[in-house]
Amino acid sequence: MKTLNAVLAGFGGQGILFAGKVIAYCGLVEERQVSWLPSYGPEMRGGTANCSVCLADEPIGSPLVVQPDVLIAMNNPSYDKFIDAVRPGGIAIVDSTLIDRKCDREDIAVHYVPATRLADEQNLKGLANIILIGKMLAETEFASADAVEKAIAKCVPPSKQHLIDANLRAIELGKNQ
Amino acid sequence: MAERILMKGNEALAEAAIRAGCRHFFGYPITPQTEISAYMAKKMPKVGGLYLQAESEVAAINMVLGAASAGVRTMTSSSSPGISLKTEGISYIAGSDLPCVIIDIQRGGPGLGGIQPSQADYWQATKATGHGDFQLLVFAPSTVQEMANTVFDAFELAEKYRMPAMIFADGMLGQMMEPVTFPEREPEISEKPWAADGHKGQRTHNIINSLYLQPQDLERLVRERFERYDVIKKTEVRYDEFMTEDADILLVAYGATARIVKSAVVEARSKGIKAGLLRPITLWPFPSEAIAAAAANTKAILCVEMSMGQMVDDVRLAVGGKQVDFFGRTGGIIPTPAEVLAQIEELARR
Repeated sequence: MKTLNAVLAGFGGQGILFAGKVIAYCGLVEERQVSWLPSYGPEMRGGTANCSVCLADEPIGSPLVVQPDVLIAMNNPSYDKFIDAVRPGGIAIVDSTLIDRKCDREDIAVHYVPATRLADEQNLKGLANIILIGKMLAETEFASADAVEKAIAKCVPPSKQHLIDANLRAIELGKNQ
Repeated sequence: MAERILMKGNEALAEAAIRAGCRHFFGYPITPQTEISAYMAKKMPKVGGLYLQAESEVAAINMVLGAASAGVRTMTSSSSPGISLKTEGISYIAGSDLPCVIIDIQRGGPGLGGIQPSQADYWQATKATGHGDFQLLVFAPSTVQEMANTVFDAFELAEKYRMPAMIFADGMLGQMMEPVTFPEREPEISEKPWAADGHKGQRTHNIINSLYLQPQDLERLVRERFERYDVIKKTEVRYDEFMTEDADILLVAYGATARIVKSAVVEARSKGIKAGLLRPITLWPFPSEAIAAAAANTKAILCVEMSMGQMVDDVRLAVGGKQVDFFGRTGGIIPTPAEVLAQIEELARR
């Protein structure tokens, strides 16, 4: 399968690191090489957070993604910081509820998904991140539907099993955007 | 086959230590290694072990000294500034011939520095982890899997040679998640007839000490220790080679930097440049002979580190007079494969 280098970025509390983990676990269940590297600066709720995720079939060199094939951005500062870094031919998926920018790059495909609004409307509060992962799945097919389901089951803590269905609904919603 | 688990490097170290029979952990929090302490706090009580958050790094390392004296497998972990605080205790542990494992998840320095990954403590780990004539075994893993595997080796060799072993990584390896399969390996815990664990009236008591006021006694003990070091230098050197056989340009890098350099080597090869990588896995003992052999027919040697150039000293000593170039980023900046490739291309043009 294709190598995937992704950067996910947004505010702390939006589930950026969690969304990255879902992608990483997809790679794990498909028995691929995987790396997940969080930013671990003085981030906290309301600050910025980002993570790099790589899926590959060969051992991964640097887990720090400098030129992502896919960018998921969930706030303006993250969009501004990473949009120019996206590899030509790559894609950016932005939460257009929270990001008011329009990209003028013509060498990348930018998808505007009002993920935060959709999450609120569809009773999926806090799952805008996973809606964007759904969109990423539709655009890149980085993992099989079965792998995604297993990955979500692994990422959701045992005490919050009721959230698995909500996460899967968020994936479906994102796919259809 | 054992399960592949996605884990942070820090967590993999902690889990592997428990599997390797460590039941006494003394820690003090510091970014970017705190997950080790957190994991130990959660898991140690479940395996009948002891997790103790000390009041300071100095206290933690002295608790390790005490636990090691009693002959148990013991460990502490910290990051750069915390290791500086521990160096006094590390010297006492070395001077008392005690085995233990110390983990250093380096961050930028000097001073409080920063919290991003760094390799600027190479000199500290390999040359001056405290006062006096002594060495630590220093392991530099490069993947989360290797971090887990190394813990077993570190404990076993520390016990075999009765000396502290350090696992020397950085914030990137500590914080990143990668799949890990824990080795199905029973810990080989050696007998410790020297331990101060209660003589029960059955034998003369053991003394653990690092104070020798008669210089003749101290010199004899230090010399004995260095005889063990000579054995280690002959038998415990570890390194990994990647495409070095026909290399024109030899790169030397360890830990997280080595994986970045490996990507650059692959890229250079695809452009027709014969680059190769020698990755020291033990930084002490240092693979000097292997580096000299790998460099025998190369046109250029490039050492890459996340520092201003520290291991490069040992590479220069290894290749005796040949030119060794250096590329480094420091202060918490991670070099990119593209930056390293640019250095390789420049050397290829020279």
